[in-house]
Amino acid sequence: MEIQLLLAGILFLTGLAGFLVRRNIIFMLMSIEIMLNSAGLAFIIAGSHWMQTDGQVMFIFILTVSAAEVSVGLALILQMYHHYRTLDADAINKLRDSKDNENI
Amino acid sequence: MAAYIGLIPGLPLLSFLIIALFGKFIHRRLIAYIAVGSVSISAVLTLIAGMAFLKSGSSEGNLTHVFYTWMTAGDFTADISLKIDALSLVFCFVITFVGALIHLYSVEFMKDDEGFGRFFAYMNLFVCSMLILVLADNLLLLYLGWEGVGLCSYLLIGFWYKDPVNNYAARKAFIVTRIGDTFMIIGLFLLFIHFNTLNIDSLTLQATQAWAPGSALPIISAILLLMGAVGKSAQLPLQTWLPDAMAGPSPVSALIHAATMVTAGVYLIARMHALFSLAPIVLTAIAIIGAATLLIAGFSALNQHDLKRILAYSTISQIGYMFLALGVGAWSAAIFHFMIHAFFKALLFLAAGSVILLLHEEHDIFRMGGLRKKLPVIFITFLIGGASLSALPLITAGFYSKDEILWLSWSSPTGSLWLWMAGIAGALITSLYTFRMIFITFFGETKTEPAHRPGLLMTIPLVILASLSLVAGFIEMPENLGPVRLFSHLLDTVFPPGHTGESKGQEWIFQLLSAVISIGGIYMAYRFFYRKSGIPGFLKAHPLENFFHGGWGFDWIYDRIFVRPLVWLADADKNDIIDRIYVFIAGITGFFGTLLSRTQNGKLRWYSIVLTAGIVVLLAIMLTL
Repeated sequence: MEIQLLLAGILFLTGLAGFLVRRNIIFMLMSIEIMLNSAGLAFIIAGSHWMQTDGQVMFIFILTVSAAEVSVGLALILQMYHHYRTLDADAINKLRDSKDNENI
Repeated sequence: MAAYIGLIPGLPLLSFLIIALFGKFIHRRLIAYIAVGSVSISAVLTLIAGMAFLKSGSSEGNLTHVFYTWMTAGDFTADISLKIDALSLVFCFVITFVGALIHLYSVEFMKDDEGFGRFFAYMNLFVCSMLILVLADNLLLLYLGWEGVGLCSYLLIGFWYKDPVNNYAARKAFIVTRIGDTFMIIGLFLLFIHFNTLNIDSLTLQATQAWAPGSALPIISAILLLMGAVGKSAQLPLQTWLPDAMAGPSPVSALIHAATMVTAGVYLIARMHALFSLAPIVLTAIAIIGAATLLIAGFSALNQHDLKRILAYSTISQIGYMFLALGVGAWSAAIFHFMIHAFFKALLFLAAGSVILLLHEEHDIFRMGGLRKKLPVIFITFLIGGASLSALPLITAGFYSKDEILWLSWSSPTGSLWLWMAGIAGALITSLYTFRMIFITFFGETKTEPAHRPGLLMTIPLVILASLSLVAGFIEMPENLGPVRLFSHLLDTVFPPGHTGESKGQEWIFQLLSAVISIGGIYMAYRFFYRKSGIPGFLKAHPLENFFHGGWGFDWIYDRIFVRPLVWLADADKNDIIDRIYVFIAGITGFFGTLLSRTQNGKLRWYSIVLTAGIVVLLAIMLTL
């Protein structure tokens, strides 16, 4: 069981690393999917270890949620591309504390 | 049966409520009908009450009606209860009759003003408060009316609120009278602590039984009440607010600042005369205050250029006469002079108001002149009012009331030659400034053309008040002239019997003297201001002129002693230590706010790194524990 969990952990860290180092927003979204899947994998492993169906139920939940999340995320990315003509995450930084109202 | 006296102040109150709440939706004509009608019906009711009182003949005619209990706390109760006796009847009569005439006059005077409804609402509230003041049978209710008239005075002085000068005058009047009011409420507390009641009758009864004449407690409480009276009646040293109060519309000056409200102090002292009699020193002080005030205000009136300010100083001076009379124990003479003064001073203010209105807000008498032919009705009524003010012998009412005061200021046991001399000097100055005003305003060449002649609504009140200024004196004749003493007989039910003169021969001499003084003053005014010959130096272009013109520098002194230090203190207080604490807290919060707002830089990758680092730190903590 340790080996399988190690696989899930490596998968999660891969996703996290990808999320942190990438600047392309599509790759960042894909990295999030990898992290979600590693969490799902961990549930399946635990479910088969204790011979419980709950793990698989949880995985189906995660699948559903990630499907919804991806559709929203992709829509946002499309909008972003329409506005900025780029997929660079650093380009969208308008939602920050501007210099004018620093003292408020 | 007696409940109808509640309608006397009740109707103006009702009218105030209607106009204040619905004034915007009803027509001006209807507002005028409601306002004038309510005060007129009050006047008729006062007449009915007066008839009933006279029919009963003596103090059994006094009637008190309790409407409901205002408040009860422990063994203290205060009722809303009104009392009719001779004194309150005289005041009610003047308030409602002169009030109704002035309301009528105002309908024309204010007809083009945008604040028409507001004006009549305030005026009705004033009449109601003043009636409560004089009808109250306990001091707490009296104080309610006392503050009510103060409020209305404030509102009406600042009636044309768009000019900051008027607002300043209103604040000044309110604050200066409030100084007196504070002393007065302390006096009420003192009386309540000792007698556990504020009912005027039981209070005076207990005071005369419990307190020895001339002991400390009655003196202190009388001084406290006197301070309240001095503030309200614009006597020394709180007289400075009244000349500035002329910023209000002229009918307001006539009703509030001449005929009724400023005499509330006279009413208070007369009402509490039993208490004041226990403090002879305070009575002497009242006489001296009155004598000093009438001289100081008289000299100031002599040097004014503003028609209404002359009349304002004249009012202060005439109330000084009333205080003089109160101080020597001539109670009914003071009240008699109050009534006559209300007639002729209301007349003078209304006539002056018409002149000012018709000359397009021209206040300076030196830019008037020759109005005798242009405005004959106003001229004749003003002349009658002025003659009454200068106490022209035999034909005017002012002669009978002022002569009685002058005579009693010498002949009564507490009177003295000095008080009489101050009074007679004041009489000379009075006729001098009155006829200076008349000669400059109505004679000579025309300098400003009046717009048109006054309408009927303005002239009718003037004519009625003018005839009252002539004939009202005949109800109370000096002893040597006739046996008519209706007025003092009426008031004998309230006051202790007055002192009668020592000998008729002396009274003749004094009367002759005051007659000569009055006519002499008129002649001097004729020489100086009509013939313009031999104007003495002290009346023209002299440093003293400025001194008198500025009201003897009282405003200057008060400004230096009280106003400026207070303003300085308020300025210093603006940066005080308590404030610093709050400024410090706000600064700290702001500092951390700016610090944290740096982390919000809009970079997605920065957020994710911080998030991950946070998770790592949390994991590390969890694993080590």
